Amino acid sequence: MKKLLSVLLTLCMVLGLTACASAEVSTADIKVGMICIGDENEGYSANHINGLVKAAESLGISKDQITFKYNIPETEAAYEAAIDLAEQGCNIIFANSFGQETYVALAAEEYPEIEFCHATGTTAMNAGLTNFHNYFAAIYEARYVSGVVAGLKLNEMIESGKITADAAKMGYVGAFPFAEVISGFTSFYLGARSVCPTVTMEVRYTNSWGDMALEKETAEALIADGCVLISQHADTTGAPTACEAAGVPCVGYNISMIPAAPTQALTSSAVNWAAYYAFAIQNVLDGTTFPADWSAGYVEGAVYVTELNEAAVPAGTAEKVAEVEKAIKEGTLKVFDVSTFTAPAVEGGSYTVDADGHLTSAFATDTNGDWVADTNEVVIDGAFSESSVQSAPYFAIIIDGITAVTE
Amino acid sequence: MNAAVKEPLFHVVKRDRSGWARGVLVRVAAIVLALIVSAVVIVLLTGMNPLHVYAALYDGAVGTSRRMWITLRDASILLCIGFAVMPAFRMRFWNVGAEGQVLVGAMATAAVMIYGRELPAWAMYTLCPLAGIAAGALWGVIPAFFKAHWNTNETLFTLMLNYIATQLVAFGIIFWENPPGSNSVGLINAKGKMGWLPSIGKNSYLLPILIVLALALLLFVYMRYTKQGYEISVVGESENTAYYAAINVKRVIIRTMAICGGIAGIAGYLLAAGVGHTISTGLAGGRGFTAIVVAWLGKLNPFSMMLVAFGLVFMEKGALEIASQFNLNENASEILTGILLFFILGCEFFINYRLEFRKREREGVKA
Repeated sequence: MKKLLSVLLTLCMVLGLTACASAEVSTADIKVGMICIGDENEGYSANHINGLVKAAESLGISKDQITFKYNIPETEAAYEAAIDLAEQGCNIIFANSFGQETYVALAAEEYPEIEFCHATGTTAMNAGLTNFHNYFAAIYEARYVSGVVAGLKLNEMIESGKITADAAKMGYVGAFPFAEVISGFTSFYLGARSVCPTVTMEVRYTNSWGDMALEKETAEALIADGCVLISQHADTTGAPTACEAAGVPCVGYNISMIPAAPTQALTSSAVNWAAYYAFAIQNVLDGTTFPADWSAGYVEGAVYVTELNEAAVPAGTAEKVAEVEKAIKEGTLKVFDVSTFTAPAVEGGSYTVDADGHLTSAFATDTNGDWVADTNEVVIDGAFSESSVQSAPYFAIIIDGITAVTE
Repeated sequence: MNAAVKEPLFHVVKRDRSGWARGVLVRVAAIVLALIVSAVVIVLLTGMNPLHVYAALYDGAVGTSRRMWITLRDASILLCIGFAVMPAFRMRFWNVGAEGQVLVGAMATAAVMIYGRELPAWAMYTLCPLAGIAAGALWGVIPAFFKAHWNTNETLFTLMLNYIATQLVAFGIIFWENPPGSNSVGLINAKGKMGWLPSIGKNSYLLPILIVLALALLLFVYMRYTKQGYEISVVGESENTAYYAAINVKRVIIRTMAICGGIAGIAGYLLAAGVGHTISTGLAGGRGFTAIVVAWLGKLNPFSMMLVAFGLVFMEKGALEIASQFNLNENASEILTGILLFFILGCEFFINYRLEFRKREREGVKA
């Protein structure tokens, strides 16, 4: 009898638990947490914060229902922040910085009934947790468009005799030498080259996501090395500040750089995180499960380029931008169209090329731990299919025309 | 007769050893004053109710049992690093290299965790702390050896070794980074948790606290009741006296710094295996320098140092909550900590000295 009772009780509890996991949450009761690497004074986090506030507003969730944790480094502090948000009763918790991933995953393991979503991460697809998610936006689409703007500017400089066609060399201030950054600068470069065929690019890394002084110095070093246009994948206004002083046009990231470089900033590629936040929170409200990976681009309104600086962009830029955006949305233009670029053949690499150097095959993810991708073929229909296997970018090929300086 | 001599409004007179009750009273008064001044600053700068801000501060540091545990654990680790500089300071050896000693200790621990994945648990639990202690001790002995034999400047030497330690860790990360190019190692042994400091029951915070408490007791006994502890004090008071008393000064310097480095190594071990489960150049996070504040504010006494370490971590954790609740960023809490430190340091003056005002009416009596 006792045994039966305990079995019944256990059953009740188990059922109760599963019921909890898929229960709906009302708009008035839902609590949302966010762990930020910076605060509203830092462009990257500001973009996330605004996105979440915007998404909450659109769903009728008040600002008081969101708890932010600011300036959380990529250490155990991220785990502690996640646990703390969980204990405060958050139903869904976001974290926005790459290095926080393992710590957030650890918290997700401990709180299976709470959804944890980590931006830019790579491990959710293989983590074996239903409540741990990665999200990213197809920023390469917007970078391509911003590259087109850069290419048009280079054309104008060539036509006006300011530089020769051979001297059309761009500089790129990158954060770290891995796929997220490489995918970004490659798409930017391909966008520029689609309108300015002679362009080349030099990339230098700061090994930091946000370091104002270092980004400024790196931009200055690139300019000294003959770069006539600068772009960046780093969080601060360091590079545009250097560009404004040197009179070199620049393309930013995440926020409009016009305030930092009023005469030189052309535009910026940016992510509209609200698209994901609305999607994820809606799922929690409905009590529905959602996939481990999410990535969206122009079609879903998740990426865009910020306002064009009339003082700096050549005439006709807006029309060209609209045309390219339309082609991306309709799928007639593929950013990583293999016919548009070549790469050196590498022994034992993650990709193969034909005699001309065009990609014939490439893998997205790694299975055996040597960090060379060996599974999930992504050269599909004549294009490298970025962010389709997992949300975080995996295009990590240094293509011809780009020099990447790793120190 | 001496009316022509202008007497100043007040002069500073050193107090005789005043009772501890007075000291406590002055310090409490200083903290109350600091809170009042902070409240004024909060109102002037933000227009918020300072009581709400203080409530949030308290809530963030010890508001839930989990927060309480985290605050206690982080305070223990800071305290442990404070212990790593305290014996050296007693010896007047200006060890500002705890940051580096902690880092190499953590790095050695991480190396064992990474390369020793296949080892049995008991070997892992022995090797990890031993590696941490050995690496820390080595990092402490190097400047001590040079100081003892060639009288090099230990402040510069230990400071420079911090940078070398940071670069060493950066070098190690090149081999251990996960994923490559990310410049971070991530959680080591996230699957399987090999080498992770075990939890006691379900509490993963308790063990580091107990280790540091045990260390505090040991260190107290060592400094106060052993011959070696006495030798440290003598060398600190006067090297010549030590020579005269036939104390081998060189040996004391090297031995003490080996102990200091070893303790820093324990802190490194706790950080790598018990807290962060990773290795990064920022793992020590400036605690090697904050520990100097802990040691001196605690007057090099292990038990007073506990209070200081707890106070500093309390403010730091509370600050996170202020930022979260009121959108006051970290600068706001730094201002509050600054005001508090100003008053606490300032009150030392009133504990050790008193002001004697010009006494006009009693001049006759005095003469």
